[in-house]
This record gives sequence, C-alpha cells and structure tokens, in this order.
Amino acid sequence: MSARGNILGKLRDSLAGTTPRPDEFDEQLVTRPWRYAPGDRLARLRSLMEAVHTEVHQCRSDNWPELVAELLNKRNLANLLFAPAKEHGRALQAYFEATEQNVELLAYDQPVEAWKEELFWNVEASLTGTLGGIAATGTVVLWPDRYEPRLMSLVPPVHIALLKASEIHDNLYDMMVAQDWAAGLPTNVLLVSGPSKTADIEQVLAYGAHGPRELIVLVLEDA
Amino acid sequence: MSQRIPVTELTPDFRGRAEEALADGQLRNNFRVAMDSLMTKRANAFPDADEREGLRELGNRIKAGALSRLPDLLEQLEQKLTENGVKVHWAETVEEANNLVHGIIEARKGSQVVKGKSMVSEEMEMNDYLAERGIECLESDMGEYIVQLDNEKPSHIIMPAIHKNARQVSKLFHDKLGEPETEDVNQLIRIGRRTLRRKFMEADVGVSGVNFAVAETGTLLLVENEGNGRMSTTAPPVHIAVTGIEKVVPNLRDVVPLVSLLTRSALGQPITTYVNLISGPRKPDELDGPEEVHLVLLDNGRTGAFADAQMRQTLNCIRCGACMNHCPVYTRVGGHTYGEVYPGPIGKIITPHMAGLDKVPDHPSASSLCGACGDVCPVKIPIPELLQRLRQENVKDPEQPQQVKGGGAKYSRTERWIWRGWQMLNTRPALYRSFLWAATRFRALAPKKAGPWTENHSAPVPARRSLHDLAARHLDQNGGRSS
Ligand code: SF4
Repeated sequence: MSARGNILGKLRDSLAGTTPRPDEFDEQLVTRPWRYAPGDRLARLRSLMEAVHTEVHQCRSDNWPELVAELLNKRNLANLLFAPAKEHGRALQAYFEATEQNVELLAYDQPVEAWKEELFWNVEASLTGTLGGIAATGTVVLWPDRYEPRLMSLVPPVHIALLKASEIHDNLYDMMVAQDWAAGLPTNVLLVSGPSKTADIEQVLAYGAHGPRELIVLVLEDA
Repeated sequence: MSQRIPVTELTPDFRGRAEEALADGQLRNNFRVAMDSLMTKRANAFPDADEREGLRELGNRIKAGALSRLPDLLEQLEQKLTENGVKVHWAETVEEANNLVHGIIEARKGSQVVKGKSMVSEEMEMNDYLAERGIECLESDMGEYIVQLDNEKPSHIIMPAIHKNARQVSKLFHDKLGEPETEDVNQLIRIGRRTLRRKFMEADVGVSGVNFAVAETGTLLLVENEGNGRMSTTAPPVHIAVTGIEKVVPNLRDVVPLVSLLTRSALGQPITTYVNLISGPRKPDELDGPEEVHLVLLDNGRTGAFADAQMRQTLNCIRCGACMNHCPVYTRVGGHTYGEVYPGPIGKIITPHMAGLDKVPDHPSASSLCGACGDVCPVKIPIPELLQRLRQENVKDPEQPQQVKGGGAKYSRTERWIWRGWQMLNTRPALYRSFLWAATRFRALAPKKAGPWTENHSAPVPARRSLHDLAARHLDQNGGRSS
C-alpha cells in the first residue's frame, strides 16, 4: 500500500458510521464587527497602517507621480523599479521624462534568473499597483502578474503601493466575495499590512527584517 | 552546518530539566517578560468578549467540520493543487517525508536549502537529515536562525529564540559570524538580514510550512511578519511546502476567521505583515516564482490521534502558541524543559501521538489544570480535559491494549493497590470508623517520609480528633442544633 492509501484508509476507518458535520459558517461573525461608513474607511486603513510604520499619503490621480519623485529625492534613491506596460507605469514614466528626474527607471522585463544579482543588491525602490485595500486590518492586496512580478514588492528596500480610495473594502470577507476569489486565484496573492518586521529578539520590534524596510502607500482619493 | 547538540538534552528527564530551568534566573526572567507581554497583546487584540467568543466558536466549528470529512478534503486538495501545477506527496513517517524532500532536492542537484519557519520540518529534523547528506539547510526566520546558529532547538513555536536576550544574541553573532558586539536589536537584525539575503538569492530550494491549505481553490496560505517566508517560497527555483494532514480547510472564506484568530491569539496583531496565498508555480508568461512547487503531507501519528474521537480535537490546533503564553508552568520552566518539538500545553497533548506517551510520561501531570490554555485556545481545544485523559492513559495496565500510543508507562502495582485500599476504606462505613479511631489515637506513628511529598513539605500528621468527632461533640453540647 502507498502512504497515500494508508493515510486515507486509516482516516476513513476512523470515520466509519459518522456523518460529516454541516457547514455552519456564519458570515455575520466576520463582517458585522468590521463595517465602516464609506467616509471612514480610508481613515481606518490609514491609522492602522501608520501604527505599523507605513507611510500613507493622500493624493490625486494627476499629482501622484510628482509625489513619488519627491519621496525618492528626499531619500536620495538612485533608481525605481516600475511596470512601464501598466497605466500607472506609463503615467509615472511620462512625468519623470517630462521633468527630467535624476532617478533611473528600471523595468522588470526579463526572468528573475537573468538579473537576480542586480535585483537583490542594486534596486533601491519599487512601485506597484494594488488590487485594493482592507479597512478592518489596514491592508493592501497585491495580485502579482507578468508586469509586476512577485519579487517586485519584496526585494527592494522601499516599496511604494498605489491604492485607489474607491477600492478600499471594509473587510477581507467582503473583498473576497465582491471579487469572487473562490472562482480562481492567480499563482500568488499577497495581503500586505506594513513594512517587513520582526520581534524575535527580546520582542523588540525592528523593521526591515527580510522584506522592504519601508512601505509607502499612496491613496488616490479621486480614483 | 554542524550537528545540533541541544544543551538541554544533557539532563534526560523532564523533572531534572525543570529543576535546572527553575534555578536559572536569567532564563526565567526572559520568559516571564516575554509571556507577560504576549498575554497583554492578545488581550488588547480582543477588546470585545462577545466578538472573541463568537469567533472562537466559529473557528472550532470550521476545524471540527473539516476533520469530520478530512479524507475527502485531502483528496479534493490534492486534485485542485495538481490542476494548479503543484505536485502533492504523502508521507506516513518523518523518514518518508525526509526521503521525499531529499529526492526532490537531488533531482535538481541542489546543495543549498533555505527554510521559512516550519514546525513540521522540526518534527522531521529535516536540517540534520539533509546535513548528513551534504545539503545545507539554513533557517531564515530571525529567531530560528539564531537558534540554529547556536545548535539549539526552538523554545517557543512562534518565538523560537525567546529564551535568549540581546546580549546573548550579540555574543553569538560575534562568536559565529565575527560581527562586532552590539546590544542594539536593530543592528542585530541588520546583520541577520545581510547574511540571509545572499542565501535567499543563492538557494536551490526553498522550504516552508503551511498555515492553512484550502481544498476549494488548491491554495497554500502562510502568515508571517519578516518576509522570509515570501523569500523562501518565491526566490529559489523550487518550493517545497511540508505540512501535517490536519491543515486542510474546505473553503477559501474559512481562512478569514482562522487567520484573524491566529494572528490575534499569537501576537496580538490584527493581521500579520504578510499573508501569502500560493496557488501554483510560475506560469509560462510569468517572470519569477518557483518553477516547481511541491506539497508534502505528513501523518506522523496524526491518524492515531484521529482514531480517538476525544483526542482528535488536538488536530484542531492552528499553532498559535497562546496556550503556552498563558501557561504558568511553561512560563517558569521554558520551552526546552519539555525536550520535544512542541512545548507547553499543545506539546503535552500532541507529542504522545507522535513520540508515544511513554517517551513523555511526566508531561500530562506537569500542569496545575488551571484551565488557562483551554480558555484562550482560539479553536477551543479542551486541553485540560485531554490532559486528564492522558493522565488516565498513563496509568492503565500495560498488559491491556492501549488507546493512546505508549500508554501505561506510569502504571504501578503498588499505587493500584493503595487506591484499591483507599476506595474500600471510603466505601465501608464500619471500616472507615475504625480507621479514623486508629489514625487519631496512634497519630504519633504516622510515617515521617511520604515519598516525593516530604522532599518539599512536612509529612502529614492526622489531627488529634477527626472532624466527624468534633462535629458530633459540638452537636451534643448544643442539644442537637448546629449553632
Ligand atoms: S492548542 Fe490552541 S492555543 Fe495552543 S497552539 Fe494550538 S490553537 Fe493555539
């Protein structure tokens, strides 16, 4: 017998004569305590994210690239990984070119194997879109894809995420249902709620464990 | 990587180790401070008791429901994962699981493995197994990394290095990595980040655990704060997830309450920094992510626990660690005293199924049965009840078939006879009265030594007059009235 056969066989023997318990999921329990008036969602998300050292800025769809340039300059960062094929990527590139920014724009346009060394040691910041936010826990949701691959939001020490205010949901359950996640998920979905951190030494909180040291969320209030 | 030589295993039994730990002021202080803070954080994360209790009830129902159709769910999970391109493997024992993992690494000619935090891989002692075969398996969770560097084992399932303070870590980094000494935690973490970043980049294989496996979508969910789990599961070309068969839940929506219960109970956080849902390897048009994803489903005694309807509840566990944070015994003796992979209350109730009760006969009684563990458990495992059950299994006649692996290790014929005698004495009034008469008259003859009791207490001496006597006399004096 295979391990699989043995394990399933033993489990089935132990369940002989029993009936499965009914599905008693109660969605009220995961939604009712986590509902907010539409006007409060952003404030809730903002305060929770700031509590864990996220920098949150409120801006508009016509001025955020300017803010990105400002944030990068303030930190003296030399380059930014972005997605030129996406709408927000195009907007960023147009602004940076028009204003002759000093920051080098890098695109993730080849398999990671081809530039791992550079990605791990030389990229200083990245900018990605998000699928939305969650007010209850202060979270942004990422669905990495070909243009904004998985490591883009993980390896560079500074991650800037664009969030549309209209896409902030009350809680994870609402978001999952509204977008029908159960019908099919991409290879990787990430809920990100702050910069990387650890409290493994004496429970002292330190930011920048293995992922980004800084998470900056730009909320587009008019989008 | 050198062999692990856990210092604490020098003392072979629980009692001996407990005494050593109790005498170590530094260790006790490290644990006391950490557990107090974790308890406060959890309490603050559940400000509304009704909400908390409703959610615990739901957590319990989801896990119990999943167990009530576990074999079907495992098959569904396997099918969905396979459709998603993930290869599923099954292992009955840790040897089989190690073998499978080794085989996958061999096939890729891998020599460097980087591991995210995984308690199941601790069960397997995977690091040692791979090291013996010339494969470096490096822990990447900061706490696990520290523990591995010092050839130790984790002392807490969520905070592996909680027994160490910054000074001790600084010394370790100085001795092993040649880093300048510093007690600044930020500085220490930066050293860890720098050292491990190269490893993430170079590793041939990444290994991780799984917090929840979703049958409906074929998804492996991992929670973490550091990003090392994301690194281990994303940067290397191969990802191997190892997990126990009890981690499967039916639907994606089930993870909403379970993740909330887990992160709030464990660390008092509304959510961890990262919740990572993996549903497959890199697709042809994608530019990163592992080319291969494997899931190893491990039994290691779980089917044994499953066979017993009461002990099956141990498989509800979502490994939050709240039971140990709230345990007065754990807080005082620390995780290493238990001498097993899983310390504290949860360890006491699951280790018997993995290692056998005869390997850990002192564990069920190392509890005051205060009930704190059961009160805080987010999936409502009645831990004190299960400890009492294990105490009974511990003293069952070893000649009889055992219901729990290794039961009967504490059986003693003498003890059995003493209890028989005690029972007889207390169920026959005439005998009881003559015993009382003799015990009060000849109290001077009471034994001065009463086993382990008199090591730390004075010996019990019967009173001059029995309560029965005193009451009778009192009633006499008051003409039959009680006052
Ligand atoms: S037994 Fe309960 S409290 Fe203890 S680790 Fe498991 S889920 Fe958490």
